[in-house]
Amino acid sequence: MEKQPQQRANLLQGTLDMLILRTLLYGAAHGHQIGKHIQRTTNDFLQMQHGSLYPALHRLEERGWVISKWETAPDRNREFKYYRLTATGRKQLVVEESQWKQMAEAVARVMWPAAEEN
Amino acid sequence: MRWWQIRKRDADLERELKADLELEEEEQRERGLSAEEAHYAAQRAFGNTTLIREQTRAAWSWVWIESLLRDLGYGIRGMRRNLGSTIFAILIVGLGIGGASTVFSVVNALLLRPLPFRDPAQLVFISNGENHSTQAEQYSDLRDHNQSFSDLAGWSAFYRAGDKELTGTGEPERLTSVPVTQNLFPLLGVEPALGRSFTREECQGKYSAPPAMLLSYSFWHRRFASDPNVVGKKLTLNDQPVTVIGVLPASFDFASIFAPGTPIDVFIPWPLTDDTKPHGNTMSIVGRLKPGATIGGAQAEFNVLAKQLDSQHPERNPIHPRLVPLEEHVSGQVRPALVVLMCAVGAVMLIVCANLSHLQMARMGTRQKEMAIRAALGAGRFRLLRQVLTESVTLSCGGAALGLLLAVAGTRELAHLNTFNLPLLESVRVDRTTLVFTLLATVATGVLFGLAPALQVLACKLREGLQDAGRGWSGSRRHGWFRDGLAVSQFALACLLLVGAALLIQSFLRVLDVNLGFQPERAAALRIDPSFQVSSAAQQNAFIDDVLHRARSAPGITAAGITDVLPLGGDRSWQVSGKGQIYEKDHSPESFIRVVSDGYFDALGIPLKSGRVLTESDRASSEPVVVVNETLARTLWPGQDPVGQVMTQDGGRRVVGVVGDVHHGGPERSGGSEMYLPMRQTGDYPAMQLIVRTVLPPDSLAAGIRAVLRPIDPNLPVKDFQTLQELVDKGMSPRRFLVILLSGFAGFALLLASLGIYALISYSVSERTKEIGMRMALGASSGLVQRDVLAKTLRLALSGVALGTLGSFALSKGIESLLFGTTTTNPAVFLGVILLLCAVALVAAYAPARRASRIDPMEALRTE
Repeated sequence: MEKQPQQRANLLQGTLDMLILRTLLYGAAHGHQIGKHIQRTTNDFLQMQHGSLYPALHRLEERGWVISKWETAPDRNREFKYYRLTATGRKQLVVEESQWKQMAEAVARVMWPAAEEN
Repeated sequence: MRWWQIRKRDADLERELKADLELEEEEQRERGLSAEEAHYAAQRAFGNTTLIREQTRAAWSWVWIESLLRDLGYGIRGMRRNLGSTIFAILIVGLGIGGASTVFSVVNALLLRPLPFRDPAQLVFISNGENHSTQAEQYSDLRDHNQSFSDLAGWSAFYRAGDKELTGTGEPERLTSVPVTQNLFPLLGVEPALGRSFTREECQGKYSAPPAMLLSYSFWHRRFASDPNVVGKKLTLNDQPVTVIGVLPASFDFASIFAPGTPIDVFIPWPLTDDTKPHGNTMSIVGRLKPGATIGGAQAEFNVLAKQLDSQHPERNPIHPRLVPLEEHVSGQVRPALVVLMCAVGAVMLIVCANLSHLQMARMGTRQKEMAIRAALGAGRFRLLRQVLTESVTLSCGGAALGLLLAVAGTRELAHLNTFNLPLLESVRVDRTTLVFTLLATVATGVLFGLAPALQVLACKLREGLQDAGRGWSGSRRHGWFRDGLAVSQFALACLLLVGAALLIQSFLRVLDVNLGFQPERAAALRIDPSFQVSSAAQQNAFIDDVLHRARSAPGITAAGITDVLPLGGDRSWQVSGKGQIYEKDHSPESFIRVVSDGYFDALGIPLKSGRVLTESDRASSEPVVVVNETLARTLWPGQDPVGQVMTQDGGRRVVGVVGDVHHGGPERSGGSEMYLPMRQTGDYPAMQLIVRTVLPPDSLAAGIRAVLRPIDPNLPVKDFQTLQELVDKGMSPRRFLVILLSGFAGFALLLASLGIYALISYSVSERTKEIGMRMALGASSGLVQRDVLAKTLRLALSGVALGTLGSFALSKGIESLLFGTTTTNPAVFLGVILLLCAVALVAAYAPARRASRIDPMEALRTE
């Protein structure tokens, strides 16, 4: 019973990192914004788990792919912790993107062989 | 952010989550929900914030440090709860680690650390035959004609302690000087700390009047208080002016490397071209191999060169070059002893581990419930394992702190034992390598003794652990064989150490028992070379007469004589033959030379076997005579009366007496042939040593001797007054060192093994209380119970001893070369050790056995 969510997290972990990095490509955002953005863009298909989002953000920061800073939000006059992409983060995004593409293509070839032949 | 900023980072995370949560709440409100509804909706959307915090923290890579700190906290709390056993553990780990680190620092200094020279691996010591020196002329030819070495250098093997007298500035003092070839320091790669090395010109003067000298660092520090202005000053050595041209660096300690036990004060140039330098085999040679050259190739080349030289120069002494790496020459002799010590330390550490392993298992047994609760609350197996290991490593670190203190004190003590005849002893200290060793040993110890208890915790079933019946009928029977194994292994290792120590103690006693051929007790020696230049035999003999008459008139003196070398030193030897005997070149017998005055044999207590001793009337004008020892008499005139025979030395010397052999090479070596020439009939000797025998304690003599000799030489330094017992002790110091350390380890091992078996038996008695109670209720007598416990103890002890005995046989090769007068299979030693161990085991088990026999069946059966 304990194991299942663990597995799902593992499966999603790499993908989540990529989605966060991609989101930050538009500019700095705080955790709430990032989560909301991913949720909205996928038409609520991907429900953002906060228990995955924050560890992921902190992990990305540990690895030096993003940096964080407390800044005042333009519309709310309060400080939020904004995350921003670093140069290495940009490179990482390219790497993850191409890996994801390869993965998706590979899966596609297995799943829909006929479509590929046409 | 670093790990120690954990609080700050935690607060930051909390603030981040709070800000985002509030935003969510605001957005919900903006959608038109009431404040309360918005709050709950936000909470729902967010999920469990505490859990999010926990999960986020886990992403921080240094989270392990945090849990390590927590484990440490648990560990220290646990240690405080069991203060008694904690102190015991720290104490024995401390003693073990202290011993191990001290021995390691000695091994490090003597065997591991490179010699303080440039590229020491390229340096080769070249001896002549087994361990003799080489003639200077041969050295020059070897140096010029070999292809293997970039250069050869040498120093005089025949320097004598205190051969130069420093006068003129301050208190007069006898200095020990070593003549060296000009290239010695450059070859070794030693740069003077101040000034410069010798020039070519300085090495072409007279042997007896060196123009320049280099000071050793310690002498410079002691005599001149490290005054840099001493360079360039002229000092007076043996009434000759000598310029100080430099000071050697502190790292270059010639004495501790090449002449353990004899501090060297100054170095003087050795003019090889001077014909007045001492003849014969006088030079120790060191060479630096060319890059790529091997010692085997060099040896082959030198064998050929030596043959050529022997045939080209039949007038010279023959040479048999033997090449060994310099490092091996310096420390090769002590290697077996150090290896034995290192193994002993390893065995002691294993016993410590076995002992503590049992202790920890017992402690963990009482904490089974705690561990079970931790496991029930979700601690993983790995987490528990880590916690138990953290505890044991923390314990061993506490012990290591104590051990390091002991090691620092121990090494400091050792480094100042300048009466010890061990090379490089002064450089023994706790350095970085030793610290690394100590750290590794500490962690290894902690893991080793913590592993079994940790696995025991893991094996424990959750339900069993939670039930109070932690120690039921067969509570930890499962681990019974393991505990027994721990006790057995302690006995086996202790047996090993005791056998080794006993063999070496026996050897040491045998060495002490050796009749040296003279009586060192109540005899003392003092260097008394005349401070003037001796110009004639008459002048020399008048000096000798004067000194002896005055010395004999001093209070408490029963005999006095003069010699050129002290017993246990000096290896000047000549080829000898009786008149009319013809030997092939290189095959005639060799004999050590001693130049002595009348009274010498009485002063040293060397017994006269036949004929007469030397007297005051054996002078330059009388017939040349000689006294030989029994070995020489047997060698030259087997089966004949040696007295009255003539030796070919100095144009014929008549043998007037035969004296007993003296162990000049130390008690462990037989003395060989010796001949004693009357000092009044020769001028060829390197030093004058006055030897006195006294009825007073020899230490109290110095002042009296100085008073009676003052009229002859007011500058006589009496600091070098030494008793012959000191001399003998110094010769035996390496063996004494080994015996003391090994006995210490063996004693410690015995103590630990007895504590170990005591702990095991008490534990098993208390564990079996119910069983024993039941048996007694069924009719077993208390005597039977007691016998049972003792029988079990004896069984364990005997298994250990049997294993240990087998082990000793297997390892006996390692110790064989260190034994003297005994063998590795000495039955008395083995029997003694076995009896001792069994006795110790029974004594240790007596108290628990008695406790077992006093168990009240009613009480025992009611406790559950």
